[in-house]
Amino acid sequence: MSNPVPFRPYTQGTQPDYDTPAYLSTRKRHPNQALHALPQTVTETTGPSFSPLRFPPSEDLTANTTGKPALGERIIVAGTVMDENGRPVPNTMVEIWQANATGRYDHPADQHDAPLDPNFRGVGRVFTDAEGRYRFLTIRPGAYPWPNHRNAWRPNHIHFSLFGPAFATRLVTQMYFPGDPLLAYDPIFNGTADEHARNRLVARFDLEITEADYALGYRFDVVLRGRVATPMEE
Amino acid sequence: MPIATASQTVGPYWHLLEDPTWADLTRFGATGEKLTLTGAVLDGDGQPCADACVEIWQSDPPASDSFPGFGRSNTDSRGEYRFLTVRPGPVPGRGNAQQAPHIAICVMARGLMRGLVTRAYFHGEALNQTDPLLTSIDDPSRRDTLIARPAGTATWRLDIRLQGDGETVFLDA
Repeated sequence: MSNPVPFRPYTQGTQPDYDTPAYLSTRKRHPNQALHALPQTVTETTGPSFSPLRFPPSEDLTANTTGKPALGERIIVAGTVMDENGRPVPNTMVEIWQANATGRYDHPADQHDAPLDPNFRGVGRVFTDAEGRYRFLTIRPGAYPWPNHRNAWRPNHIHFSLFGPAFATRLVTQMYFPGDPLLAYDPIFNGTADEHARNRLVARFDLEITEADYALGYRFDVVLRGRVATPMEE
Repeated sequence: MPIATASQTVGPYWHLLEDPTWADLTRFGATGEKLTLTGAVLDGDGQPCADACVEIWQSDPPASDSFPGFGRSNTDSRGEYRFLTVRPGPVPGRGNAQQAPHIAICVMARGLMRGLVTRAYFHGEALNQTDPLLTSIDDPSRRDTLIARPAGTATWRLDIRLQGDGETVFLDA
């Protein structure tokens, strides 16, 4: 039998710890036992594929609810999904969800006293192209308070869910905005020890993505795990 | 070389993504022995995690137009997830090993900075005795945290304990 080529272990310090005391919700939800090492098998090295025919893309979050324009500052978010070997990850599904411009999620559990926007649901789905590129149009999400500590506010952020080629490459993360003064105080953002890894969660303003007279552009590139040994190119 | 982007918690509002039909892996017409896989996600106090996102993946039967292999379920007020799927068969392990039938599980939630990965095996399956993962766990009580038990007609139950007594074996894969 030939063994499937595994994905690389995560680099030390570049992923957040389950036990992140400053983020109170982790206290009763992080495992006490060390993770049990499992050499990757076909279960981990294969994964779901999503066809845009069956899972239609929805790349304009500003108008995918009622068709009427959502309120707030329009932004374009674009970037590349690649693997740790620098190769683009093509045709992979990216799910997006976020608060509206006032910092309120269209979700029953969100009771923040800020108005909902009937024309903004805050959810989208895009697929990377053959070169791993994605792009969507949305509203800049607002900051919002949360009960983690006194005067706690989440920095502006957009949630990203990515799949890549395998169960082992699944990634859920958050994109932040450059210059946000709340980043310094956010235990979720600061839960990743490695400063460089942490700062890669912050999108960059990009004048090339920006569309004149229409919307500011931000670049957010995502890297998924890559295989340890790269098979010969065909 | 770039390194993988850091994970961030899925948070309490991930349901904006949710399509409840995704918990039914048979919805595209899969054939095979149908089963329900259910159980509660519990925290270190034994309290239900009612806002979790539970995902499953199985490499057998192979994904196809009629079987996605992948499912996603919320957890309800009792912390319970529930999937309808098709019973997997054995799949190859590393080398010449064979793996007992299993379903991979990833739990994400508020308070989980990263997904927690585990597996559901099936109680009574003969191949469990020689499965490479199960046999690599020395403590039988810990091994049992990966083994779903029959709970009614074509229904299997596996509770997932994030912390403390009976803590589920989570995997670094």
